[in-house]
Amino acid sequence: MRIAFLSDIHSNIEALDACLKHAGENGAERFVFLGDFVGYGADPEAVVADVARRVAEGAVAVKGNHDEAIEKRAGYMNVSTKQSIDWTRDALSAERRAFLASLPLLVREGEMCFVHASAAAPARWDYVDTPSEAQRSVDAARSIYTFSGHVHDQMLYFEGAQGKWSAFQPTPGSPVPIRSGRRWLALVGSVGQPRDGRPAAAYTLFDSAREQVTFHRIAYDHLSAARKIRQAGLPEPHAYRVEKGI
Amino acid sequence: MKIERPETVIDGYRVGERIHSGAQSRIFRVSGPSPGFPIAMKVPRIGPMEPSENLISFETEALILPALSGPHVPRFVAAGDLARTPYLITEWIEGENLESMLKRAALPPAEVARIGAAIADAVHSLHQQGAIHLDLKPDNIIVKPNGEVVLIDFGLAHHARYPDLLAEEKRFAAGSAPYVSPEQVLGTRSDPRSDIFALGVVLYEMATGQLPFGIPRTMAGLRDRLWLDPVPPRVRAPEVSRWLQEIILRCLEPSAEDRYQSAAHLAFDLRGPEQVPLTERGFKLRQAGLIGQIARWWRARGVQLRVNAKPASKSLDAAPVIMVAVDTMHPDDPRQHVLQRATARVLSLSPDFRLVCVSVIRAGPGAPGAGAGESASGAHLDHLVHLRHWVEPLRLSARKLSLHVIESPRPEGALVEFARRNHVDLILIGAPSPTQHALAWWRSVASGVTAKAQCSVYVVRIPEPGAAGIPSDDLPDQD
Repeated sequence: MRIAFLSDIHSNIEALDACLKHAGENGAERFVFLGDFVGYGADPEAVVADVARRVAEGAVAVKGNHDEAIEKRAGYMNVSTKQSIDWTRDALSAERRAFLASLPLLVREGEMCFVHASAAAPARWDYVDTPSEAQRSVDAARSIYTFSGHVHDQMLYFEGAQGKWSAFQPTPGSPVPIRSGRRWLALVGSVGQPRDGRPAAAYTLFDSAREQVTFHRIAYDHLSAARKIRQAGLPEPHAYRVEKGI
Repeated sequence: MKIERPETVIDGYRVGERIHSGAQSRIFRVSGPSPGFPIAMKVPRIGPMEPSENLISFETEALILPALSGPHVPRFVAAGDLARTPYLITEWIEGENLESMLKRAALPPAEVARIGAAIADAVHSLHQQGAIHLDLKPDNIIVKPNGEVVLIDFGLAHHARYPDLLAEEKRFAAGSAPYVSPEQVLGTRSDPRSDIFALGVVLYEMATGQLPFGIPRTMAGLRDRLWLDPVPPRVRAPEVSRWLQEIILRCLEPSAEDRYQSAAHLAFDLRGPEQVPLTERGFKLRQAGLIGQIARWWRARGVQLRVNAKPASKSLDAAPVIMVAVDTMHPDDPRQHVLQRATARVLSLSPDFRLVCVSVIRAGPGAPGAGAGESASGAHLDHLVHLRHWVEPLRLSARKLSLHVIESPRPEGALVEFARRNHVDLILIGAPSPTQHALAWWRSVASGVTAKAQCSVYVVRIPEPGAAGIPSDDLPDQD
């Protein structure tokens, strides 16, 4: 079974479409969405509609902190992010808002666990950006494979024989065997707002039969996505980030 | 399932006689679905009484070997399920293990160079694929009857595109004590130049029959190589030539920055001893004195902080072999300056390049460039002088440069073959100008090399004055 993991879409429909097309062409049979469907971008309604339709057809989706902020205001967000969330709340229909509110924080499925941030405390939105944070999350997930977003970069954490965890920076497009003899945590990257200096959208494919994961970067029309953010009157930094991939 | 019981059949493979029994694994002959070449089965020693390292290094080999290809690694055939019956089926390499060849050491310098160059070819092929062996030693080097080398045992290897399962296993991930590089002793597992160091130890052993750092049994003993100046090979075996000592000691530099930056460069020097520039290393007849050793020890105290590993791909990008084909039969041709400038530009992009200047001349009387009564070797020397004159304005150190005049009736074939044999990454060659009928000979050479070379080719052309900006339909036909 090939499963596509898409996270941190952030209302970027151009990036989402490009990733879904690539995943479809590469044999993805299932879709797992790891949260933060909205915020920053200009197309929340289209993105959430697409995700909701796929969830109705059997896809899995978990909630991110931006999705939560639509229903209850978040004190920790900065001014421009709050502005974007307020705009998004108005742009979404009641039906889409109800869909986001209904999402679970964490889903376990066989040997896999799906969570936006850390499985150790999913509602605290901690960043999993060190091997020891990865270990904490995986201990709580109680799974062989944990897939997460929130941190916008792609990374693969894995357990050593002595129980010590390491980080591995994957090469886009190059399959990495991840055998079930040890535990793994994959940060699948951000579809709609990559921050590593490259504007290309990020998503990840997992082939469960071959125990192999491939981190992808997909070129898309990011200039259009950035232009729409400006046209919508959303804060300029969010347009600039999409344009530059920072 | 107990694999060692003879005649056991696993996944269709019938287990035969045991060929090898080591501390970490055993190797059996097998028969089964034939891939068209001889195969063997490697089975790790695992179980409650065995060290956990065995399983991790087996997992590492099962991860990396399938990703490697080419004549210098055994072909991967199949792997058993790690949790149930771990085994690896690979090609069985017929040849002599270098360990057994070393029983005849010290070997004559020419043989050391020949085998050493073949090992360096294999190491370079590995590095080009993004992998580092990290456990090079005579036991893991098989010399085939045709002289080619195959590297085996990738249980401690590193691959840039795969997670390093041994990253946190510092206790044993450092290779074999006599051969391991200083940076590996300190825990670095991502520097391809570690293989150059290990290869230096192997060369030293072949040339002298002895190990430069002995067989350390303690961590303190291992750390000695961070500063210890090995006894010069010529002291231990007087037949070792200066150039060979120069090469060996350069491989054994404690700081990776001071070693060969690419196994291709090392192979090149081992194949062309006459152009190895000798430094103090080649002439040394004693270890550094007390003061010198103290100075080396003092410098090494900082090494831990300065370990500066470069991933294989980046390191090779910085250390290309660049070949320029120079037409020494027409030294005054205006295109020579354009080719020189292009060469300078390309060299400025790579800090650790190696430049190889090649001229192909047609041997024998009547060939262009060979005047009446001029002997072939006289012509040869003449062209070497032109070549040296050509490259002189680039002001390159002898360490980065070599000059070759090849006599051949088929210039493009000779250039392409020379480039292939010497791991050349880029060939620079002048394009013929449309009006130069005298150089029609070169025209076919440039296009022949472009078509047949296995590496990139940069065809350098003199821009036509005023041609830019004109629609190409309006330009005269250039062919």
